[in-house]
Amino acid sequence: MDRRNFLKIFGSGVATAATGNLLNPAKTNASEDNQATEFYGILVDTTRCIGCRRCEKACAEANGLPVPDIDELTNKSVLEKMRRTSDTQYTIINRYDTEKGPIYVPKRCMHCNQPGCAAACLVKAMRKRPSGHVTWDANCIGCRLCMVSCPFDIPKFEYTKAMPRIQKCNLCYDRYKKGGIPACVEVCPTQVLVFGTRRQILEEGKRRIAADPDKYVNHIYGEYEVGGTSHLYLSSVPFEQIGFRKDLGTVPYPEYSTGFLFAVPFIFVLWPIAMLGINRATKKDDESGHGENHENKEHEKGKH
Amino acid sequence: MAGEKLDTVAIVEEKDDSPKIKNLSDFWTFLKKELKPRGNIATPFNLISLPIMILGYIFIVYRLAAGLGKPITNLNQDFPWGLWIGFDVVTGVAFAGGAYVLCFVVYILRAEKYHAIIRATVLNGFLAYLFYAGAIVLDIGRWWNIYNPMIGNSFGVNAVMFLVAWHFFLYMLAELVEFSPTIAEWLGMKRLRKILGSLTLGAVVFGICLSTLHQSGLAALMIMAKNKIHPLWYTEFIPILYFVSSIFAGLSMVIFEGSISHKVFGDQIDEAHHKHYDDILVGLARICSVAMFGYFFLKIILLVHEHAVPYLNSPMGYWFLLEIIGFVLVPCFMFAHGAQQRNTSTIKFAAVITMIGIIINRLNYTFIAYNWYVPLSQKYWPAPMELIITASIILTEIWAFRWIVNRMPVLKEPPAWARKLH
Ligand code: SF4
Ligand code: SF4
Repeated sequence: MDRRNFLKIFGSGVATAATGNLLNPAKTNASEDNQATEFYGILVDTTRCIGCRRCEKACAEANGLPVPDIDELTNKSVLEKMRRTSDTQYTIINRYDTEKGPIYVPKRCMHCNQPGCAAACLVKAMRKRPSGHVTWDANCIGCRLCMVSCPFDIPKFEYTKAMPRIQKCNLCYDRYKKGGIPACVEVCPTQVLVFGTRRQILEEGKRRIAADPDKYVNHIYGEYEVGGTSHLYLSSVPFEQIGFRKDLGTVPYPEYSTGFLFAVPFIFVLWPIAMLGINRATKKDDESGHGENHENKEHEKGKH
Repeated sequence: MAGEKLDTVAIVEEKDDSPKIKNLSDFWTFLKKELKPRGNIATPFNLISLPIMILGYIFIVYRLAAGLGKPITNLNQDFPWGLWIGFDVVTGVAFAGGAYVLCFVVYILRAEKYHAIIRATVLNGFLAYLFYAGAIVLDIGRWWNIYNPMIGNSFGVNAVMFLVAWHFFLYMLAELVEFSPTIAEWLGMKRLRKILGSLTLGAVVFGICLSTLHQSGLAALMIMAKNKIHPLWYTEFIPILYFVSSIFAGLSMVIFEGSISHKVFGDQIDEAHHKHYDDILVGLARICSVAMFGYFFLKIILLVHEHAVPYLNSPMGYWFLLEIIGFVLVPCFMFAHGAQQRNTSTIKFAAVITMIGIIINRLNYTFIAYNWYVPLSQKYWPAPMELIITASIILTEIWAFRWIVNRMPVLKEPPAWARKLH
């Protein structure tokens, strides 16, 4: 590579680095790959879940995590308290005691259509795949901004390890590539979980609500929340009673940062013009030169 | 006119004692000489700071080998960011804002009055970035990957963090260029000094663009924590708030650091400058009070705009009011009053209060008003090792600052040959 070419490439690299994607700042990292393909996702029908925790076990086995005990006695005590996913648990079941009796709710990454975590990531370690899977890669630098930016508090960091990773459900991306379906979906004895394209599972969810309007509330959680997610939930009670936040809005999270990203190219164009203009305007006639050298001359003068 | 004559004579008589460096071995001899400590080593400051620094370095090695969790930090899944990001990086960068504000005033507006303090401020800003923003290496969980945003093939070009990382890096270069004439003067490299001096204006313009963006970019990082930050603090305009507050945060730091430097390094500063210094303080206080009033006003407008007023009557609300009245409005008036009375003690006192306010504000966004609904017993609180490492980083920066000020013409007059340049 000759020197000029090198400089050119290097120069444009620095320019991109400094200004971001100049021509299209609205296109956040999260919305990049996912046009025109259909996302896969899971429909979770909470009315069918019996709290057996077999999905927890299957998930742990599929992802090389510590495998939990799931005999009846353990389940009883484990389900006593509210749990959250952790760096060793991608999926967990919680029990909520509601007016309609106990309801068991599986929780894991929602695989948002436009994930905050992926938009936050500066090295694209967190990524929305064209197939809808939100996955994590080892080029991560561990800044933990994905944790700050996830509306559902899903990414978890291995604080206790010397070589920590970000841990979360990846919708069994490896199994998907080999033609399989997620481990939890496969093992569920009561067909709580339905794996399919988002369009299919959304239709299925709507069909179930329409077929039995007394059983379900008329809301599919994840259809519109944070711009839509690939995990969709059905429920027999209002969602806030089974631990879902209702205050997240329907705007995709990455959109909140576009205002700032839009400002970047403007600043780089307008600021220098304005500043050089002022610099010229404040110049006194009898002076030449600029910068430190010039300033030193001024300094000299000031002393007289 | 008579003065001019006298001065010329003085310059001619001043002997040129700058080093003559012709080759690498000259350079080594010079460097070795300069690296030797000067003066009394067993000062109280050294005796206190050295053990803390050494302890900190040991902990740093331990942290890099063992990971981030307990006992090193108290970070957890609810609070991924703590003291190192909130104080070292985010607050540190706000305090370093004085450099770009003063560069604007001196090089763009050409307000010569402030020229006397520009070198110390730029140096301080540069070191702040080097050490405090450098502290990010400690906080990065997978620190061996730190070069990934710079070289590699997987750039998240539209991630705010990506821009902030690059802007940090480029800004450090810009500040180095701004400071480089001083280094050339120290080395006695006359030709180089001239070339570097001519780069200053460009570096200043570029540096101000970068500062505008990363001061506000640090806030844009928090923008997707919409449902986690208390509504009194969260607004989509936090980038603007961070930018405006970096003006008075940085200048307060300049006032604070300057007052200490003037005591500690007083012998390097000539009489005329000492007198002149009160003028500078008064001017800085004026800028601070105006910027703070604007900031306060903006806060009130946003409070109404975000419909957050009802939250004021709650514990978090009182905390918010304490911040914006006790640590913004009060020092704002103190600056104005101090400037009017030319009372430098009031100005210095206001600077300290402002700085405490900035620390509170930045920590609010990183862990106090962040996940505010988490019960108090589970909240993040900095662990002793986090505090000691932070202290050792600050002390190291002070040592570096002192070393440079004692050797290079930062506070003292540049050598005669450099003053003749134009
Ligand atoms: S739920 Fe959180 S971790 Fe999962 S895709 Fe959405 S933003 Fe990312
Ligand atoms: S912690 Fe890793 S995956 Fe998460 S945003 Fe940072 S670099 Fe990306």
